[in-house]
Parts: sequence; C-alpha cells; structure tokens
Amino acid sequence: MSASISFATPKSTPRRPPPALEAGVLLWLRRNLFSSAYNTVLTVLALWALFVTIPDFIVWAFIEAVWWTDDPQACRDASGACWAVVVEKHRVMLFGTFPYEEHWRGVIAIALIVGMAIASAFKRLWSYWLFVAWLGVTAAVLVLLLGGVFGLTPTGTHQWGGLPLTLLMFVGTVVGGMPLAVFLALGRRSRLPAIKAMCVGFIEIVRGVPLITVLFMASLMFPLFMPEGVTINKFLRAQIGMILFFAAYAAEIVRGGLQAIPRGQYEAADAIGLSYWQKTNRIILPQALRIVLPALMNDIIRAFKNTTFVSIIGLFDVLGATATALEDPLWVLFALEAYTFIFVLYFVFCFSMSKYSEHVERDLSKGRNL
Amino acid sequence: MAETLNVGPNRRQPPKGSRLGLTEIWNNVGFRNLAYQVLVVGSVLALAVFMVSNAQDAMERRGISTGFGFLFQEAGFDIGEGLIAFQSTDSFLRAYATAVLNTLKVSVLAIVFATLLGVMLGIARLSSNILIAKLSSAYVEVFRNTPQLVQIIFWYTVITQLPPPKQALSMMDVAFLTNRGFIVPWPADNPAYSWMVVAFAVACIAAVMLLRWADARRRVTGQRMRVFWLNAALLVVAPLATWIAFGAPTEVSVPELKGFNFVGGLALSPEFLALLLGLSLYIAAFIAEIVRSGIQSVGKGQIEAARAISLTRGDTYRKIILPQALRVIVPPAGAQYVSLVKNSSLGVAIGYPELFNVNNTIITLSGHTVEAIGMMMAIYLSIAFAIAAIINLYNRAVQIKER
Repeated sequence: MSASISFATPKSTPRRPPPALEAGVLLWLRRNLFSSAYNTVLTVLALWALFVTIPDFIVWAFIEAVWWTDDPQACRDASGACWAVVVEKHRVMLFGTFPYEEHWRGVIAIALIVGMAIASAFKRLWSYWLFVAWLGVTAAVLVLLLGGVFGLTPTGTHQWGGLPLTLLMFVGTVVGGMPLAVFLALGRRSRLPAIKAMCVGFIEIVRGVPLITVLFMASLMFPLFMPEGVTINKFLRAQIGMILFFAAYAAEIVRGGLQAIPRGQYEAADAIGLSYWQKTNRIILPQALRIVLPALMNDIIRAFKNTTFVSIIGLFDVLGATATALEDPLWVLFALEAYTFIFVLYFVFCFSMSKYSEHVERDLSKGRNL
Repeated sequence: MAETLNVGPNRRQPPKGSRLGLTEIWNNVGFRNLAYQVLVVGSVLALAVFMVSNAQDAMERRGISTGFGFLFQEAGFDIGEGLIAFQSTDSFLRAYATAVLNTLKVSVLAIVFATLLGVMLGIARLSSNILIAKLSSAYVEVFRNTPQLVQIIFWYTVITQLPPPKQALSMMDVAFLTNRGFIVPWPADNPAYSWMVVAFAVACIAAVMLLRWADARRRVTGQRMRVFWLNAALLVVAPLATWIAFGAPTEVSVPELKGFNFVGGLALSPEFLALLLGLSLYIAAFIAEIVRSGIQSVGKGQIEAARAISLTRGDTYRKIILPQALRVIVPPAGAQYVSLVKNSSLGVAIGYPELFNVNNTIITLSGHTVEAIGMMMAIYLSIAFAIAAIINLYNRAVQIKER
C-alpha cells in the first residue's frame, strides 16, 4: 500500500458559519419572540400597544413639557406636562409646614436616615453596634427636627412635614415595632394560657381591621381614654398606631420563624440548663430571625408604603404635604404632574428596598440548597 | 438504671421543715407561671378599667348618653351613591347598611378584576416570549412598589382632569368618559333581570351537581362522560329562557347629554372608578407574584411525567399543574383579598361613601364615638373573618387528600 494515500484531507476547509437563523440576533429573536405562531401574535400585539402609547407619552412627558417657569400660564399654554409645578412647590412637598429657613435641618435629617439605611445594607456592618448607631441617629434626627438645643430654633411636631416626617415615621415604626413583634410572637407560643390568649386576641383583632381605623382610634379615641388634661401629641399618637399595626403583622412572620426551628434546638438548650430568656436570646431568635428576614423585608416595605395613611388623619407626610401644595389655585391644574413626581419618589425608595430584599434572600439561601 | 440514679446518694433532698418557705414557693414552676399571668392580665385589666372610666367621665362631662339607641334616630345627612336608596330622613342603621353595601360593591368588583388581571400577569411573567414576560414584570414592580393611597389619589386626579360632559370622550356615542365619571348604557329596569340572575345561580348549582354525577359514574363504570358542553349550554340557556319567558325586554337606557350632564344610562362616579382602579391594579400585582410562585412550585418532573403519559397541553394544565399550584396560591391570595377589603377604607381620601367614611360622618353627627367605632370594627372584623372562612373552605377542597 502506498503511503501517499490518505483519507484525511491535508488542508482543512474553512469552518462554515451556522445558518443565519441559528445564530446571533436572529436566533435570539426567534427563540424569545417568535418561537411559535401564538408567541408571534403576542409579540406583534405588544409591540403595537407600545407603539401606540410610548411616543405620545414621550412627547407629553419630555418634548412638550415645561420644566422651569414660575408662571402657571406658561404651563397652560404648553401641550405637554408641567414639571414646573414640582420645581415651584418642591419645598412644600418635601418639607411640609416646616419653617422655610430651617429646611437645612430637614435635609440633614433625610441624609442621616438614608445614610444609615444604606450602611445597614452591608452585611459586614451587622452587629450590636449598628443598633446603637440607629438609636444615635434617631436621637440626632429628633434633635434636628425638634430644635430648642444647641441654639436651634424650637420647632414643634405640629410643624413637622414632608420627607423627614415620612422617614422618621417609618424608622420609628420598624424600630419600635420589631421588639413588640418578637414579644407578641413569643407570647403567642407561650405555655401560659392567659398570655397566649391575650397575644392571639391582639394580633387577630389588629390584623382584622384596616390600618386607617387603628390610626383613627389612636388619633380620636386615645385622648378620650386619657384623664382630662393629659394630652399626647398627634405625631406620637399616629406613631403608636403605626407601631401596633406593624407589630401585629410582623409577629405572625416571626412566629413562622419560631415554628421553623427544629424541636431539637429547644430541647438541646433545655438540656444544657439554659433559662427561658437565655434559650430565646441566644439559640432560638438568632436562627428564627435569620429565616424570616426576607419575609420581614416585605413587611418593612409595606410599613414604608403605609406611612402615607397618616395624611388621612391630618399629618403632613409627603402625600399630605403635596395635597397642601396643590391647594394653591394657580397650580391645582397640574396635580397630575405633582402626584406623578411623588409616585416616582415612593417607587425609588420601595424598589431599592425590594431589590435589596431579593439580594438578601439569595444570599441567605446560599449553602442551603435543598 | 434510671431508678437507681434517682435514689442515689447524690440527689439533694428538699431541706426539711422549710417546705413552704418563700423561696420554695417562688421556685415552684406552677406558682411562678400563675404569678406571671396574674401580673400581666391584672395590669392589662387595670389599664382597661382606667381608660374606660376616663372615657365615661369624658362622656358625662360632654353630656353624651351611651348605648346603641342612636342607631334608630334620623341620620340627617345624604350619601352620594348606594345600592339601596338612602335619604337624610332615614336612620343611622340604614346609613350603615348603605355604607357596608358600598364597601362590598367596590371590594367584590375589585377582587374579580384583580384576580383576572393577576392570573394573566402571573402566567405572562413565565411566558417564553421575553417581551411579554418583561412587560408583565415591569407592571408588577411599578404597582407593587408604590403606596396604594398614592395610586388611588393618582387615578382620582386622572379622572377629575378628564374633559367635562360637553366635551366628553365618547366611545362610539354610547359610552362616555368625563370628569363626572364613566357613563355606560344599561338595560332599563325590569323584573326579568333579577330572575335571570336567579336562573343563572340555579344553573350553576345544577352544573356542579352534573359534574359530580359524571365523576362518580366514571369511578364506577370507567366510562368518561364529557359534560363540559352540556354544562356550558345549561349556563347559557337557563338565563336566556328566563329572559324570553319574561317577554324578552330589549329596552336599554342610553346616556344622552342634556344641559350640562348626562341623563340615563348607568353612571359610575369618579370616586368609585378611582377606588376600583386603585384597589384592583395594586392587588393584581400581588396576585401575579403569588400565581407565578405557585406555578413555579410545581416540579418540572410533574410536567414531564404528564407529557410522558401523553396528556394534552390543556389536560396538563388542568389536571397536573393547576391542582398543585392552587395549594400554594390559595392561602396567600386569600390574605390579599382580606387586605383589599380593608384597604377599601382608603375611599375616605377621595370621598367614596364606604364604611369608614360614612362612619366618620355618623360620629360627627351623633357624637357616639365609642359605639360607632365599635360598630365599624365589628363589621370589618366580620367581613375579614367571613372571607378567611370561605378561603379556608376552598383551601380544604384543594389541599392534598390523604387517604
């Protein structure tokens, strides 16, 4: 046999590209948008809907919009959105009835709370000190908003408003409500029948009625139940209502965590002779709270959204302050733009919290791949 | 072994003579538990007595009598809209009835819309069509992450900024969208319609019974009976037959512009529309998430197994995915419905005459703060518990039946 005969080609033919439909953009389009007749119809319908709405929206919101003017007539003449209302009224919307010259204190308060919230997002910083820092920041915010010390003009809670009020109400609700929630959850699982019954009763009643009725009770009924002459200010009363409502919901979530701890953990703690509080503090709660953290985050986001309810009982949170700003007859026509702005403002806060909570959930489920 | 340990020499005997000492009593678990409970219950009771006596003092000072007698007094105010007629000369009790019906009207409609939209969005989020999936997830993120009250006020602002009746946005000249609300044609009043509803309800019951009978028969004989079309026919024919029996009334009240407003048709008020939109669009986002996680909770193996035994696509959905997904979906969806009904109280912010709103008026006019708030709480609690009970019943029906 001759050695020169070879069945393998000495030189390789150039590699051919895959068929056009099986690669790159076309493949992606075919897989994700036109995989079947049904999907094609859906895609065409969705594209048509977007085509009908989006260009008009862009023209209204950006191209024809009025951004800077202090003359409402200029807005009326324009066919687009009047974002000037936000520019014109942003001080009232963000700070409510807080004295104009003192708004810088509100700005610092917002910065402190948002800064602390961002710091709390880092797992490395999670410790006992974070809690202490929160207490410190809360105290600093209270000093800033109340004034009366360090040469700050005193400003009563009746002057509070806007974003500082919303944020403080939110922080107060979570910081005050969490410990109460833990106690209620422990009480609901208590062996002592009277305590259990009271906790169950409280949780179920509060969860069965609307938040607004709880706030209404706190703002209208509470003074009635106090001895004559004793008054608690409106902000604090609303805060108490918010805390009770949050605690009732969070208690149910914490209870879920407590139930998820294997019995062995309780028994082991008993076996080495820990007292009830040692067992709860060092063995059960650290595990239970970790399990329910994502679910708690949902409740915390809801607490943030629920701060808007205080505008109904006459506090000037961002929503209430916006309604006040729109009482100006010159600008009331542009209420839609003002509400769109706070819609976006709330969305930014809640969306970042919800994205963070998804991240925590993924993080916690690592290494627990069941 | 255990017994020898217990009687061993190391076991400490209780010191004699001091069995009833204070330390021993304090260290007794039963006594301690009792003491804690007495302490807590006692302090709560003391607080309650203190507060109630304060309230009674305050009432006496203001000269307000207590009791529910005021319910039968003349209300003296009007309610903007309602399913039953209400005048200012009617009693407070009737005002409550009107308000509760308004709350239920908006809640029931919102639950229906939220469920339909939520299920569609939930399925769309899992679509293989990336455009549909992304659009649906954008909707969910936007509506879930903004306060419901802001949404309700936003919709109210949108509706009140629509053109006035004279320049109404017309839909083929029969339905009109204006700043006074949405005006649609509506069949003129006729007893036939209420009987059609009754006929439909009877047909529903008959259809369920037929399904059960067919199922029982299949179990015994192994023969499958397709009752779907029969049932569908039943549900259509029964109301239709009633309609014809009543002389087939075709009179429809069409809205017409007279002066500055529309006459005739059915007018849905801006408050009602805004609340309906706010409630249903918000809850739909949550239902969508619940439906998505429910469908995702069904194992892939289940679907593959269904395909392996060559079930059709529809049968796979109906008989494999849906029953398993419902187990995960029903309990949280029920919680959302309860939350929807409770949040209908936000109608107060835009002036929709629901329970909370009307209750505020009643408190102002009658002065019976404690009783009125008690009434309102009791009504909300019973609605919440009623929904929870219905959901529990349904939940029991879809749960795994272990035999």
